[in-house]
Amino acid sequence: MQPIKVLTANIDKPNSTSIDIYLDGGGYKAVEKALKMKPEEITQLVKDSELRGRGGAGFPTGMKWSFVPKNAPKPTWLLCNADESEPGTFKDRLLIEKDPHLLIEGMIIAAYAIGSNPMSYIYIRGEFYYGATVLEKALQEARDRGYLGKNILGSGFDFDITVARGAGAYICGEETGLIESVEGHRGQPRVKPPFPAVIGVFGGPTVVQNVETLTCVPLIVNNGAEWFKGFGTPKNTGPKLYCVSGNVKKPGVYEFPMGITIKELIYDHCGGITEDRKLKAVIPGGASAPMLTPDEIDIPLNFDALMKAGSMLGSAGIIVLDESVCIVDAVWRLAKFFAHESCGQCTPCREGTNWMESILDRLERGNGRRQDADLLLDMSENIGGKSLCALGDAAIGPVISSVRKFRDEYLHHVEHKACLPGTRRYRRLDAPVGAH
Amino acid sequence: MADLRPDNPYAPDRFPDPNKRAEFPAEAKARFEYILTRYPTKEAALLPTLHLAQEVWGWISPETVQYVGELLDLAPSTVFGVVTFYNMYNQKPVGKYHLQVCTNLSCMVNRAYDIYDHLCEKLQINPGETTKDGRYTVVEVECLGSCGTAPVVQVNNDYHENMDVERMNALLEQLE
Repeated sequence: MQPIKVLTANIDKPNSTSIDIYLDGGGYKAVEKALKMKPEEITQLVKDSELRGRGGAGFPTGMKWSFVPKNAPKPTWLLCNADESEPGTFKDRLLIEKDPHLLIEGMIIAAYAIGSNPMSYIYIRGEFYYGATVLEKALQEARDRGYLGKNILGSGFDFDITVARGAGAYICGEETGLIESVEGHRGQPRVKPPFPAVIGVFGGPTVVQNVETLTCVPLIVNNGAEWFKGFGTPKNTGPKLYCVSGNVKKPGVYEFPMGITIKELIYDHCGGITEDRKLKAVIPGGASAPMLTPDEIDIPLNFDALMKAGSMLGSAGIIVLDESVCIVDAVWRLAKFFAHESCGQCTPCREGTNWMESILDRLERGNGRRQDADLLLDMSENIGGKSLCALGDAAIGPVISSVRKFRDEYLHHVEHKACLPGTRRYRRLDAPVGAH
Repeated sequence: MADLRPDNPYAPDRFPDPNKRAEFPAEAKARFEYILTRYPTKEAALLPTLHLAQEVWGWISPETVQYVGELLDLAPSTVFGVVTFYNMYNQKPVGKYHLQVCTNLSCMVNRAYDIYDHLCEKLQINPGETTKDGRYTVVEVECLGSCGTAPVVQVNNDYHENMDVERMNALLEQLE
């Protein structure tokens, strides 16, 4: 499969963030077209394209839009989820920093389709300071040219966007956590139902969409649903950005029609494993996705195939680990991440993630117990599905899969109080300066 | 419990000093007024207002918590709850250069811990501490969303990508 340049068509152009460059490439044509259509027609078009949300869950976008009740008592809101915090994922940052107008155009069309009130927010993670400044500049350009503001292109549709910066919390990438954060609260996810499409931000119906999903919308409006379905396979359609990182020769963001295999992506396009070592494991969809072993990687990177294989496409953050990585150490690092990012609302997740981190740490330190592998599996059963949001389920993904697939390595840590020969731990177990 | 003191929210120095009062300078005040126009409720302006306060003072002091609460009609406890929930609000002053090393998986396997340990050793500080001259603070942070150019070190607001120990040393010299 050959790489394509559809979503990333503009990113290599010099000065790609400027509105003039964007307009030269046919930019904002989709807005002109969409504003002449009926909102229901746009929703139907997106439904026909079989576009699925690129943020992780893969929920059909058109269907999400059609859930928004008409004539709701409170205004409807569109929120853009740019809180890209899943370890291994960096595609939205590329789109924001290199092609902000594509996102803005997608938001205008989505807002028109769902009947959004005249204000919308791009919730961008606080660390993306540069991305936020790029967006602010692009938004001002769009306002100056009449693509945002009152009566856009004479259509009678009013719409504007504000950049809302997060402040460093992974959980705000969860849609109800994001909604809470936009309202000025701690980003603690809400009980569902009511789903955001009924009661979301400021009490109104709310549609939360990932950056990449929104950037697909202008392309669908311009080229039609059939064109979009020409990429990928039925139910898994469209161009897709894949983020490859870890032990590969050429990490980065790659664009392919949805469904390139992991093997082809790593070996044919990313140059293979660093220093030509052997592959040990691949995490196919960001830190939450259960890991796959080398004999499982001849599998298309799409929602359904990976789910069938017991993992998930998630945010398409592919982390490659080579044979020299100690799997217990790698999983410890992910467990530490989830323990740090648990919002503390639900006991199984708050306590369980910290407990898992401690157990993995004691294994690394040579204090592991023979039953620890089974204890981790047992705990996972008591965390998964027992919390309000998916963070608990995410935290157990790498733990369960690694215990099942690399049990020998766990046992080696107990028996020999050391990593498997040929593998290494990257952190030092003693404090670098010394506690005082 | 003595070792909990530095971060203990109930330590005596964490309450606002009645003799000190935080107040935005005119330019920040204007920006605050603009922020208010962008949100339907006052409370929703809390995160951006705290970002603004941190830009002005470098950290969120107990006096700032009190002041921001007054500006937005919120109880100081509500503001404090938000400040402590989010990572990026500094609850104590940080150095002129806030060195934030990502050590999450993709950075870790590209030797981010070497950079992190090197910084602590070179600057002779523990993680989270600030050098005596007030120039540097070193912290370990979670994924910064730059895994393709790992490891990454964020210095204040700027990303420095594809780092290693030598490049880190060169960067420190530039910052001198």
